[in-house]
Amino acid sequence: MRIVLHIWRQRNAAEKGRMVRYEVPNVNEHMSFLEMLDVLNEDLIAKSEEPVAFDHDCREGICGMCGAMVNGVAHGPLPGTTLCQLHMRYFKDGDELYIEPWRAKAFPVVKDLVVNRAAFDRIIAAGGFISASTGSAPDGNAILVPKDNADRSMDAAACIGCGACVAMCPNASASLFLGAKISHLGLLPQGQPERHQRARAMVAQANAELFGSCTNIGECEAVCPKEIKLEVIARMNRDFLAANLSG
Amino acid sequence: MQLDSKCPTGPIETRWDRHCFGLKLVNPANKRKHTILVVGTGLAGGSAAATLAELGYNVKCFCFQDSPRRAHSIAAQGGINAAKNYRNDGDSVYRLFYDTVKGGDFRARESNVYRLAQISLNIIDQCVAQGVPFAREYSGYLDTRSFGGAQVARTFYARGQTGQQLLLGAYQALERQIGAGQVAMYPRTEMLDLIVIDGRARGIVTRNLISGKIESHLADAVVLGTGGYGNVYYLSTNAKGSNATAIWRAYKRGALFANPCFTQIHPTCIPVSGDYQSKLTLMSESLRNDGRVWVPVQKGDVRPPSKIPEEERDYFLERRYPSFGNLVPRDVASRNAKMVCDEGRGVGETGLAVYLDFRDAIQRLGKSVIQERYGNLFDMYERIAGEDPYETPMRIFPAIHYTMGGLWVDYNLMTNIPGLYTIGEANFSDHGANRLGASALMQGLADGYFVLPNTINDYIAATKLEKADASHPAAREAEGQVEAIAHKLLETKGTRSVDSFHRELGKLMWEYCGMSRTAESLKHALGRIPELREQFWRDVRVLGTGEELNQSLEKAGRVADFLELAELICLDALERNESCGGHFREEYQTAEGEAARDDDRYSYVAAWEFRGVGNQPELHKEPLTFEYVHPAQRSYK
Repeated sequence: MRIVLHIWRQRNAAEKGRMVRYEVPNVNEHMSFLEMLDVLNEDLIAKSEEPVAFDHDCREGICGMCGAMVNGVAHGPLPGTTLCQLHMRYFKDGDELYIEPWRAKAFPVVKDLVVNRAAFDRIIAAGGFISASTGSAPDGNAILVPKDNADRSMDAAACIGCGACVAMCPNASASLFLGAKISHLGLLPQGQPERHQRARAMVAQANAELFGSCTNIGECEAVCPKEIKLEVIARMNRDFLAANLSG
Repeated sequence: MQLDSKCPTGPIETRWDRHCFGLKLVNPANKRKHTILVVGTGLAGGSAAATLAELGYNVKCFCFQDSPRRAHSIAAQGGINAAKNYRNDGDSVYRLFYDTVKGGDFRARESNVYRLAQISLNIIDQCVAQGVPFAREYSGYLDTRSFGGAQVARTFYARGQTGQQLLLGAYQALERQIGAGQVAMYPRTEMLDLIVIDGRARGIVTRNLISGKIESHLADAVVLGTGGYGNVYYLSTNAKGSNATAIWRAYKRGALFANPCFTQIHPTCIPVSGDYQSKLTLMSESLRNDGRVWVPVQKGDVRPPSKIPEEERDYFLERRYPSFGNLVPRDVASRNAKMVCDEGRGVGETGLAVYLDFRDAIQRLGKSVIQERYGNLFDMYERIAGEDPYETPMRIFPAIHYTMGGLWVDYNLMTNIPGLYTIGEANFSDHGANRLGASALMQGLADGYFVLPNTINDYIAATKLEKADASHPAAREAEGQVEAIAHKLLETKGTRSVDSFHRELGKLMWEYCGMSRTAESLKHALGRIPELREQFWRDVRVLGTGEELNQSLEKAGRVADFLELAELICLDALERNESCGGHFREEYQTAEGEAARDDDRYSYVAAWEFRGVGNQPELHKEPLTFEYVHPAQRSYK
């Protein structure tokens, strides 16, 4: 099938970008979305035009490196799916697709579809951990974790840090990302001692990074490739509030 | 060159403890005066960087991805082994040690493997403390399962995302140290050379992938945790960015490369669908517990599977291995799939696949049971292949998955270059000729959390280093080399893309040095690789400049290294006139077609020394001796 692409091209952070139209004439339905971009790039190289820069690594939907807006939706139209796992059989001959980088002040564009998500790392560095230095641990079975809590903790821990939640949110809020980490650690007994401090430090860092506030719109949940639930944001709010009340 | 493995002797149970006691320590107050570079942030690199920083060292840590959380350890699905014996099913440190030595087909050091089995206990404890959400029983205790044909349930897991959760544990520990200022993190930064001063590893040269800036970093020691080299085959289950450049450039600076031909092929991957294929996706091995593997009896049978009657199906694994059936080890399952495809009986559009059929299991257990066991895998398959595996059999084919070979290291995980350490998949040390399922995560974390942070003190304490900074002639020389390579790649201005060369190399390697090898096929590859390399340097087209984000330039450097490494892999495979583990030489098989080892002649580690591109490298042999687990033929009949 033939697909028409409009892709955001931007040389670097300083220069202005623009949409450029490309055609990919021989798209196979079994290709992944990124493989289609590979084919486009090979064509561009053959014509001595610079290939489109985009981030990707594992191509199995787990590393969180890939992602772009496809017709205004983060990671494209298929729910619960990263861009690398989206296959072209979900599109049809003649489709026109608009591909843009994540949109958020806290994720500045580096080049074309590549953005800088270092703000996420700084949020984790501020408090998204349990301070357990190597060697200090008791036997694994000395810490009992009710199965239900372990399962819900795992649901939240599935976050791949791709940034789709931020990109889709009209406020560019990172609340789903923060809530996922705060819930993952806060649901476990190991995470209790630092629970309040963690919420406070992570929220403060997110504000400093200029992520917006959450207004419960739910776009983040709708596009999250790991289908993380809004509930994690409620958990974050509760921990944050409790942290402030307890001083 | 004399290879000294520094392995302790005496009773194996106390070797590691006695060895540690003999190592020198660094006073806590002095640790901050030393800087250690850690390259790579997977399970090995990430855990090492975090732990070294906790001890008080200054750490500089590097990764090519945009965040240390994205290293390819994240994609591991199945689990992590530990000899906890929580199940009371007869497991022990000794049994894990025994299984690993035997599974590695008697090509690993006993001392290393025993230490790995011992440390496996501490890893689980450490990860639980960090908040890794391992699967739990209703009682709240840790759940385990059996994996990869093991007879005990020693595999701990976090759904199908164990690698992700372990890596996030290490990543969060690392971020804590970054926040504390103890680690300086350099994401989107690639190591392109090793700086050696007075015979010691003193630093690395890096390229900032955003600005293109080439820079030297000097330190007291260098640790490489940069993963395996499976992408030399182009199509593999590795991430697209996984590469051998760090270890290869270290090899070219004098580090020995051990057992490069030991590559592991995983039998259950989603097959190639076309020329545009960019990578292969692994389907968990657990599927073989209930799926039956078959191909049509007739060559070129193109009927849909549902139209092929029972008597015209060949369940070839069950037929050839009646006692293990579909559960034979990875290498055996892979070779047999290749064999039936070579006979023209492969299925699917390309003929390079076999069926993995759940029809009988669904009839026997009901769809809901199968859904509960494998639901997420079936969904993943449907997403990629576009077919519903509840209705029609999956198509699977083997793919390159892991590399057991890597830089040679001693018991302290130090290479033959003093001050250069290599950990995780990047070294060769613990898996011999074949790695067991759920053991890669174990080794990465053992090296990073527990082994290296103990052994590196000995070197730091005992070594008096001259001051050196980026103006040192050795650093300038290395930077010059790195710049020259980039310049050459950009100025060649040929006609073919980097990927086209990489694909061609991959095909060549898969065809002639893949699942099975012969002296003839290897000689053919050894003839073709230098030609392809020459063509690459004459005709590669890399657009753009070196002073910006240039993904083609990044790939070009890595492919240039693969074009050299491929030759070493073939050379090593040709030199090893036996079959063992992942290395199957067709000339060396038993009457039943199984791998035939030659312990009298090949019970050694082959460690290769660089002698210039295109020149024959020098082979050094480290003999392997087995005091506890005695070599025997593996049989799965």
